[in-house]
Amino acid sequence: MKRGLTVYATAVYAFLHVPLVILAIFSVNSSRFTAWQGFSWQWYGAMFADRDLLEAAGNSLLIAVVSTALSTVIGTLAAYALWKRASAWLAGGLYLSLVTPEIVTGVSLLALFQGAFRYLNLRLGMHTVILAHLSFSIAYVVVVVLARLRGFDPSLEEAALDLGATEFGAFRRVTLPFLAPAIAAAAMLAFTISIDDYVITSLVAGVDSQTLPMVIYAMARRGVSPVLNAVSTTVVLLLGVLVLFSERLRRA
Amino acid sequence: MTRLRSLFLAPPAVLMLVTIAVPLVIICVYSVLSRGAYGGVELPWTFENYGRLIDPLYGGIFVRSFALAGVATLLCIVLGFPLALFIAQSGARKNLYLSLVILPFWTSFLIRLYAWMFLLRDTGLINTVLQAVGVIREPLPMLYNNGAVVLGLVYGFLPFAVLPLYATLERLDQNLLDAAADLGARPIAVLFRVTLPLCAPGIGAAAILVFVPCLGTYITSDLLGGSKTILIGNLVQNQFTTARDWPFGAAVSIVLMMVAVLLLFAVRRRGEELL
Repeated sequence: MKRGLTVYATAVYAFLHVPLVILAIFSVNSSRFTAWQGFSWQWYGAMFADRDLLEAAGNSLLIAVVSTALSTVIGTLAAYALWKRASAWLAGGLYLSLVTPEIVTGVSLLALFQGAFRYLNLRLGMHTVILAHLSFSIAYVVVVVLARLRGFDPSLEEAALDLGATEFGAFRRVTLPFLAPAIAAAAMLAFTISIDDYVITSLVAGVDSQTLPMVIYAMARRGVSPVLNAVSTTVVLLLGVLVLFSERLRRA
Repeated sequence: MTRLRSLFLAPPAVLMLVTIAVPLVIICVYSVLSRGAYGGVELPWTFENYGRLIDPLYGGIFVRSFALAGVATLLCIVLGFPLALFIAQSGARKNLYLSLVILPFWTSFLIRLYAWMFLLRDTGLINTVLQAVGVIREPLPMLYNNGAVVLGLVYGFLPFAVLPLYATLERLDQNLLDAAADLGARPIAVLFRVTLPLCAPGIGAAAILVFVPCLGTYITSDLLGGSKTILIGNLVQNQFTTARDWPFGAAVSIVLMMVAVLLLFAVRRRGEELL
């Protein structure tokens, strides 16, 4: 049975990973058709020459950096507050944000923004995308940071207080350093989720805030293209490294 | 000790209120309003949006969504269980094998669906190879049908099944399995008569964790199903964009949300705490 299981597991891992490997192989194929013709970087060249792609990648990066920074800070605050004393409301809200189907999150945020913009002189754009990303990535940050806090000995903080530290001082000098790896891991996850999101982003983005997944989606709907193979390979490699790194930090 | 906590609690609480609670309330309200002349919503209040869900046209979309999500969930469990068993029994390499499951889970679902488009389309790799080898003459129509959607769902959500199944198997008392073996049960008998029954709650939890996102999927059906396979997610998206019937889209959203929350609540009750 053991050997059968190993063979089986190998097959499933192949199922999970081989499609992306094939995509990577064909991203350096000189032919634009599904037949190997020879090695070439030309599609990567075309990728870097594509203005729309670059602009979208720039937008995605900006959105991801800003929303990650904010959600990491706010998520860490939330995790700490929840660790101190449970709050059914906050935990409920976070839980809801995790379990709401993406499409529902998207349309409800769209309704919120459209409703608010009737009274404010604002339009959909980068700011709405950032706010949306902030909203759905916080719960992930909280989960990761809270997991680390569960392994933290509260008496360490109490000792700092006894030795004259202020409440905030104890948090900053004792608790925060302990949390650092988890916070870094959480930030990387938040970044990954942000840079990857299509469903919610496409609903709340304005005309001037196309993101990379939106361009990828539009390209994919038009059909297979070698440039898209190159884009996909690049994104998967970058995100893969980020995720592996985050996993390591989380286990540290 | 509570001053700092209140200070820390405020920003996330405000954010959750504005971006989670208020939008959901708005959607609830919209779902009982009428469609505006130029999109948007207007009075009078009505429950007609919910009534329209029974219309065969939309009912069919619900049935198809539940059916496809159900098949995908079943496949995820059946395919995922042996893999979880393998990981649980793999000793020191456990973390590596787990990472190999988690990695695709975090790397762009969109791109992984595109990879399948690359493989499945008429001039895709699978058809090209099969034709070159001479197994088939005409390309097999593998893309843009229900089967492709199920494949995409299984591919995307298999990790959702493997992780909780693994967690359940990991907690399993090895002594019980040893006892069964000592009493003469063969490995297959141990698996079916001891391991599986003991894992039943974990399997239920895994099934719900897969079913809920499958039910609400939008991009899988859009990319792999083509225009023929409209699911609940596509219906919602369509009402809020091209069809501009927000009240109806809101009603569908609320129903989808209710199903998701009720199912996940059942899992949480069993102690699978997410937070």
